[in-house]
Amino acid sequence: MRRSMLFLPGNTPNILINGDALGADALIFDLEDAVSPDEKDSARILVRSAVSALGYAGCEIIVRINAVDTPYWREDLREIVPLKPSLIMPPKTSCAQDVLTVDAAIAGLEDELGMQRGTVRLIPLIETALGVENAYQIASACPRVAAIFLGGEDLTADLRCKRTREGAEIAYARSRMVCAARAAGVDVYDTPFTDVNDDEGLVLDAKTAKSLGFTGKAAISPRHVPGINEVFSPSLAEINYAYEVLEAIRLAKEQGRGAVALRGKMIDAPIVARARQTIEAAEQLGLGGDRA
Amino acid sequence: MKNGKLLSGIAEAVRASGLRDGMTVSFHHHLRNGDYVLNMVLEAAAQQGIRDLTVNASSLFDTHLPLLGHIENGVVTGIETDYMSGALGAHISRGALKKPVVFRSHGGRPHDIVRGASPIDVAFIAAPTSDPMGNCTGKTGPSACGSLGYAFADALHAKTVVVVTDNLVPYPLQDWSIDETHVDYVVKVDQIGDPAGIVSGTTKITRDPVGLVMADTAARVIAASGLLKEGFSFQTGAGGASLAAARYLKDIMLREKIRGSFGLGGITGYMVDMLNEGCFETLLDVQCFDLKAVQSIRENPRHREISAMHYASPGARSAVVDSLDVVILGATEIDLDFNVNVHTDSQGRIMGGSGGHSDTAAGAKLAMIIAPLSRARLPIVTEHVTCVSTPGETIDVLVTQKGVAVNPRQKELAQRLRDAGLPVCGIDELKARAEAMTGVPRPIARGDRPVAEVLYRDGSHLDTIYNTL
Repeated sequence: MRRSMLFLPGNTPNILINGDALGADALIFDLEDAVSPDEKDSARILVRSAVSALGYAGCEIIVRINAVDTPYWREDLREIVPLKPSLIMPPKTSCAQDVLTVDAAIAGLEDELGMQRGTVRLIPLIETALGVENAYQIASACPRVAAIFLGGEDLTADLRCKRTREGAEIAYARSRMVCAARAAGVDVYDTPFTDVNDDEGLVLDAKTAKSLGFTGKAAISPRHVPGINEVFSPSLAEINYAYEVLEAIRLAKEQGRGAVALRGKMIDAPIVARARQTIEAAEQLGLGGDRA
Repeated sequence: MKNGKLLSGIAEAVRASGLRDGMTVSFHHHLRNGDYVLNMVLEAAAQQGIRDLTVNASSLFDTHLPLLGHIENGVVTGIETDYMSGALGAHISRGALKKPVVFRSHGGRPHDIVRGASPIDVAFIAAPTSDPMGNCTGKTGPSACGSLGYAFADALHAKTVVVVTDNLVPYPLQDWSIDETHVDYVVKVDQIGDPAGIVSGTTKITRDPVGLVMADTAARVIAASGLLKEGFSFQTGAGGASLAAARYLKDIMLREKIRGSFGLGGITGYMVDMLNEGCFETLLDVQCFDLKAVQSIRENPRHREISAMHYASPGARSAVVDSLDVVILGATEIDLDFNVNVHTDSQGRIMGGSGGHSDTAAGAKLAMIIAPLSRARLPIVTEHVTCVSTPGETIDVLVTQKGVAVNPRQKELAQRLRDAGLPVCGIDELKARAEAMTGVPRPIARGDRPVAEVLYRDGSHLDTIYNTL
């Protein structure tokens, strides 16, 4: 279950040592924007040491490397791939070839290290207009892609518009990303909400993302993690409804009925699939409904 | 009508009080780091050639650094207190005073004053408002500090009592805290303190994510303890994480419609909000920490001033701490036996004191320590604390950002917390986790000369603090 992904600057030891205490499902160790060019090497060493020494039990580990058009990304991979992070996040991914370039480099390292190919998966960060338009090709570029992630800040710069609290300027990109990810059968993550002091705005933004179909959302501040987790966890009402759906299906089967209705509404296959997903998520999170 | 109490200045008051060599002079700390009175009195005593005084102050702050000069020239040869802030503490730790400082708790101090174990010759009571006969209060006046809780034992039991005020009002002051029957002299001065140092404008809740994680866990521990129900009582400190814990607790209390009986302690504006929003029936206030608390104690009859005896004295027939459900406390170190140090820093330098720490821990049904696993690259959980300020047998639970340790004496509590899904683990595991990040620090190098003796609230000896090198 990956509801929240929290960015941790790769060059700040004080934050890195407490990463696993901040409630995020996944931690993104950032070697890119948070780290100035003259600190790239020290950040790599720090992240490597932190991940290998602290372990971060209970958190998925993601590392954002530098983009493929920089001189840093190969060295990032060389340092990070041996740690076997769950995901590597290549930024500024604009086409399938960007993904394949990183894929080939990781495959080479996996062979070199005696790791099984595909151990380390990818979550390309899409943050350009071209990337959004190529979202499906990126999401389906290779089996190593596990998810795609929308970066709203760089995207709005590329679109030449302002980022707003309401987010109308990224509405198209959000929908397009969700559609592309689902078509490719991978997960999809929403851009962080950047106003650290606006708790209400964060919750509204997360609710919008969830309503569009995003799997979860990234955060640049630990203060946003509880809000994101809450929005992306199934609510008690949703869990109870899911149990009611499955119970209605069970009864219908028992009674040999084809069509099933619950509270006057027909239950079809997608509703059943959604109910199963909800219960699976609730079980992973240890949330019980009335019938759990 | 006799009106012989009003004197012209501090020097005359020192003379009139009969203060002479070898005596003990006392002060309260409600003016905190803004206090002028202690320095004014000692300066006058020095000018009059008085030597060998013992200063008994409920707390000492860095504003009292002139004390060091008086120690050097022999005016002051003894200090008894409940708390000493860092700059003064560093000098004392280096051996500035020949005789060890005597540290008591906020409950132990009035207990020892009342029973005669710590007699006071002259008490100088800074009073933000007084009338000429000494009916006085902290609730009003330009230097208002709110409660005068720590001054009561001094006023009631010192051989001579001098009220020092900068706001003299006509007789009789109506809403007095200390009444004229205890007061020998009244002195009007220009200013008893700097309002900016007396109370902070607002007390802010931490925005530090690690502090917020600990605060959230602390509130969940309280909710799972079984104590959070109708009639609940609570004390917390003014530190960032403690205050944030109160915020999360308030959310739970309002959501679950739980009305507590009382909030206790040093009172912040945040506790005032909890009173006003219906979380408590009353606040029992031995000390105000900010302007909102001062305004509340002045205006709201449900916000009551209490004396330090009533707050925490182990010699009282009963004290409020004996009825307390939950207290949240801090620590500079905690050891595997749950002993807590709040007197010294990681270098063994004095930088604090018990205050009400050991009193509330002894009284409360649930005494919780909230502390990050490491500070400044040093682990908080240690094999043995540098100084035992509060005995481990009175501490029930330690909350850190990476787990909750329950005192093995509290098996039922541990089970309740586990059942609630809280990350319960052994305190030795927390120590190991901290050391995995920080390594094991080298032992502190210290001298063999005692610079302070720490007394427990009942007067028994708890620990000795030695000089730093």
